[in-house]
Amino acid sequence: MNSREITTQISKTADFLNLKKWDYGASFSNDYSVQVDKGEAKQLKASQKQILTIRVWNQSNLVGITTTSDISESGIKKALKQANIASDFGNKNESTEFSPLAKEPIKAREVKKRNPVGIKKLLTLLREAEVKLIESHESIKSVPYNGLSESFFERVYANSEGAFRSYSKSQAALYLYARAEEKNKKPRSSGSVKIGYGADDIDIESCIKEASNKTISHLNYSSIKTDKYLICFSPESFLTIINAFSSMFNARSIIDGVSLSNKNSIGEKLSTEALNIYDDGLHEKNISSTPFDGEGTPTKRLCLINRGRIENFIHSESTARIFKTTPTGHAGLGSKVSVSPDWIVVEKSEENFDLKTSIDHSTYEGEFVYIEELNAIHAGVRASQGSFSLPFDGWLYKNGKKISIESATVAGDIKYLLKNIVNIESSQEVTTNGISPHIWVDELSITGDA
Amino acid sequence: MLSSQIKSNQIVFGNCNKDLLEEIIFYGIGLGADFVEIFIENTDNSSVLAEEDFITSVSPSFGRGAGIRIFKGKKDGFVSTNDLTKHGLMRSISQAIEMLDITDNKREVFNGLNKHRDYSLSKKKWINEVPSIHEISEKLLVSTKSLKKNNKIITRKGSYSRNLQEIIIASSDGTYVSDIRLHQTVGLNVIASDAQYRSSGSRRFGSSGMPNEFRIWDHEKAANDVFESSMNMLYADYVDAGQMPVVLANKFGGVIFHEACGHLLETTQIERGTTPFENKLNEKIAHESVTAIDEGISEGSFGSLSVDDEGMEPEKSILIKDGILKKFISDRAGELRTGHKRTGSGRRQNYSFAAASRMRNTYIAKGEHSKEDLINSISEGLYCKSMGGGSVGATGQFNFAVEEGYLIKNGKLTSPVKGATLIGEAKEVMPKISMCGNDLELAPGFCGSISGSVNVTVGQPHIKVDSITVGGR
Repeated sequence: MNSREITTQISKTADFLNLKKWDYGASFSNDYSVQVDKGEAKQLKASQKQILTIRVWNQSNLVGITTTSDISESGIKKALKQANIASDFGNKNESTEFSPLAKEPIKAREVKKRNPVGIKKLLTLLREAEVKLIESHESIKSVPYNGLSESFFERVYANSEGAFRSYSKSQAALYLYARAEEKNKKPRSSGSVKIGYGADDIDIESCIKEASNKTISHLNYSSIKTDKYLICFSPESFLTIINAFSSMFNARSIIDGVSLSNKNSIGEKLSTEALNIYDDGLHEKNISSTPFDGEGTPTKRLCLINRGRIENFIHSESTARIFKTTPTGHAGLGSKVSVSPDWIVVEKSEENFDLKTSIDHSTYEGEFVYIEELNAIHAGVRASQGSFSLPFDGWLYKNGKKISIESATVAGDIKYLLKNIVNIESSQEVTTNGISPHIWVDELSITGDA
Repeated sequence: MLSSQIKSNQIVFGNCNKDLLEEIIFYGIGLGADFVEIFIENTDNSSVLAEEDFITSVSPSFGRGAGIRIFKGKKDGFVSTNDLTKHGLMRSISQAIEMLDITDNKREVFNGLNKHRDYSLSKKKWINEVPSIHEISEKLLVSTKSLKKNNKIITRKGSYSRNLQEIIIASSDGTYVSDIRLHQTVGLNVIASDAQYRSSGSRRFGSSGMPNEFRIWDHEKAANDVFESSMNMLYADYVDAGQMPVVLANKFGGVIFHEACGHLLETTQIERGTTPFENKLNEKIAHESVTAIDEGISEGSFGSLSVDDEGMEPEKSILIKDGILKKFISDRAGELRTGHKRTGSGRRQNYSFAAASRMRNTYIAKGEHSKEDLINSISEGLYCKSMGGGSVGATGQFNFAVEEGYLIKNGKLTSPVKGATLIGEAKEVMPKISMCGNDLELAPGFCGSISGSVNVTVGQPHIKVDSITVGGR
C-alpha cells in the first residue's frame, strides 16, 4: 500500500470500528550500507522498513496509540483496535488534539532526492577511501570503524479531519574512524563524518583528509594537569553541549519538571548579550531537514536565545496550548508526545558587547584547552541538574605549541558555562548537528592526571 | 488437516514452516552462498509510564520481520525486510547474493533442516500470564505514590516495559529452532529539589522469562531505595578530581567490568583490531583476585537466553580465571574471522540487525572479603554506591558516571559527593582490582553496540580498585 492507500484503509477501518477521530504517522525506508576491512568487503547491508503509528481518540476524547510494522489490512485493523483499547488509559490530566497547523500550507521547497548508486559503487567508494586514509600517514594502520550508506525514505502524516502531508527524500553518510599506532605509544584514534543528499554529493576527499589530520594530530600526546582552564569549544563540541541541555528550551521538559527552566523563564538572562541561538530545521545546510513534525505542524526557524536571553520554547500541540501559544513544529508522535530541537544554529549578535574579540583559536598564544569532540554524552550529562562531566578529545595549547591531551574530562554546569562565555568567534562552521562558531569559556574544570 | 500442516507461501508463526524455509535456503545455496541464515521474529510489546499520580503514556506495539544473512568466504551480506512471504524472502536472498557479487561456480551442500528444536513449547502461555495494562498501571501508580515521601521530591516517575519476542531461526548448517522470549523491566526515578540544590535517583529492575516477576516486585523497597539515594545526594558537594582508590558497590557496579573489559573480549573487537587483549590468551591481564564470567543461563536474569540469535544454546564462559585470560565471547562471524569458537553469544536487538558477539550476564565472581574489609583498607578514596551509564572508546578508554558516591576517610564512609566520573583504560585498571567481596549480585541493563540494544546483566561483588582517575570539579 502507498501512503494514500494507507490513509484510505485506516479511514475505512476506523469507520467500521466506529472510531471517529484518528491520526497517523508513517515512514517507509530503503537503506543500503557497506563496511570494509583492509580492502575487503566486511558487511553489506540492505533493509526495507515500514513503521506505522496510529492514534485514536475515544468518546471521552482520551488518546490511545499503537505502533506496528505490519502495514497490511489486518495489521491496520489490529493497530486501530489496540489503540482504542489503550485509549482507556489515556492521560486524563493533559489532553491531546490535532495540531491547529496540521493543514497549514507548507511553502514548497526543492526536493533534493538522489537515485541510489547501488551497493557495488558504495563498496568501491569506501574501499578507495580506506586505502587513501591508510596511505595518508605511515602511523595509520587501520580504519576499524567505517561505513558508507544511502537511505531513501518517505514520511507521512494524516488525520481524520483531512490533513495529509507527505515528503520523500534521500540521504547518504560516510564515516571514517582511523587508528594510528607508533612504537612505545598508546594507539590513537579519530575520525570524520560527512553527509549528503546522495553518495555522489559526499565530499569523500575532505572526509579522508579530516580523519587523517585529526588522527595524526593526536599522535603526540601528553596527560594534562587537573586544574581550571580557559576552554575553546569547537563548533561541533559546543553544539553537542547545547543539544544535551536543550531541555532548557523544551516546554515538555518544563511541564515534566526535568528542565532547568520554568514557565516564567522567557526573558531570563543566560549568557552574554552577544549570544544568539536559533533552532532552524529548514536551514539550507541541514541535509536532514524535514518540512513538518510528527503532528503535521510545519517546521520553522525559531529564536531560542536572543542577546543572551531566553526568547522562545519549543512546543508540541499540547504544550503550546498549555503555554497559550502555537505549536512550533518540534513534536514527535507518541503516546506521550515528545518535543525535541531540529538543528541548532549558534551565532554572534551584531554587537560585540563584553566579548574579548582578540581571542581566536587560530592566533591566540596564551594557554588554553581546545575541545574538539565531547564523548559519552548519555553517561556524563545530568540535564535536570545542569551538570556535566564528559570525556573529550582535544589539545592543550601552551607556549605556542599544541599537544594532544591523553585522556581527560571536562566538568561544569551549563548555566555557569553560558555565563562565562568570553568570546564568540565571528566565523561559523557547518557541522552535521548544526552551525556554530568557536566558543570560548573561562575557568572550566579539567581532570587529567592528578 | 491441522492448521500446523497447511502449506503456506508465507511464514506463519505457530505453523510448521520447515518446507518453506528449506526452499529459501536451497535457493540461496544454489546461487552460490557458502552459508544462509534466516532469522524471523514476531513481537508484541507494551510500555506504560506513570508520572506523579497519573498514567501519562500507554504504548503497545507489534511487528514482524526477517533478517537474512549470507556468507561467502569471510564476508557477509545482510538484508532485512517486513515481507514474510516466500516472494519477499526469496527477493531478500537474491539481493544479498547480488550484494556479495557471487560469481564462482562452487556450491555448498545443504542437507535440509535438522529436527526442529522448539524452546517455545512451555512459553506459549506467557502472553496470557503477563500482567494486564490495568494491573501494570495500578502497581505503577502505587509505586510513584510511594516515592512521595516529602515535599523535596518534585518529580516522580515509574515506567514499565514488556517485550515478547517469538523467533524462528533456520540456517544451512541444519539449525532449525523456535523460541519465545519475555523481558520485563520496571524503573523508578525521582528528582529532589531544595532551593538551589538538586539531585536525582533512579533504579531499574528487570527479568527474563518470568511472567509473574512484576507482580512480586517489591515496589516499596525500591521506592525507599530511590528516595534515600536522592536525599543523600541532595546537598552533596562536587567531588575533587584526582587519582584515588575506589570501592565499587555490587550489582550495577559491575558496569565497570562490562565497559572496561567485557567489550574488549568480544570477537568483534578482535576483527577490528581494537582490543589490547587480542594476543593475550592464557596470559595474565588482571589481578589474580579476578575471575570473570559471561553466561546466558542464570534463570530469570535479564541477559539469559534459551538459545542465542544464531540458534546456539548459550554456554557459561569463564573469560578470566584468577587473572588469566581464558576465553573470548564469540558468534558465528567471530569464529569464522578470528577462529575463536562460538559461545552462544550471537545477539541482536531485532531482525533488522545482523547478530554479533555480545555479552549476556557478565560478572566478576565473588571473593572472600566483606564490604567492610574493602572500605577499611582505604585511608582516602571514593565509595561508588550507585553507577550511571558508561562507554568505551575506540582505543579502549572507558568512562562512567557515579550516580551516588561517598568519600572514604580513614576506612570509614563520610560525606556524599556528586559529579564523579571514573576514567581509565581496561588493561591498566584490571590489574588494580585487588580485592573482591563475598556479596556478588547482578543488575539488569541495556547494552548498545554494533547489533543494537540488547538486554544484559552486569554484576560483581564489592570490589576495590587500588587507583583510578576520578573526574570531578
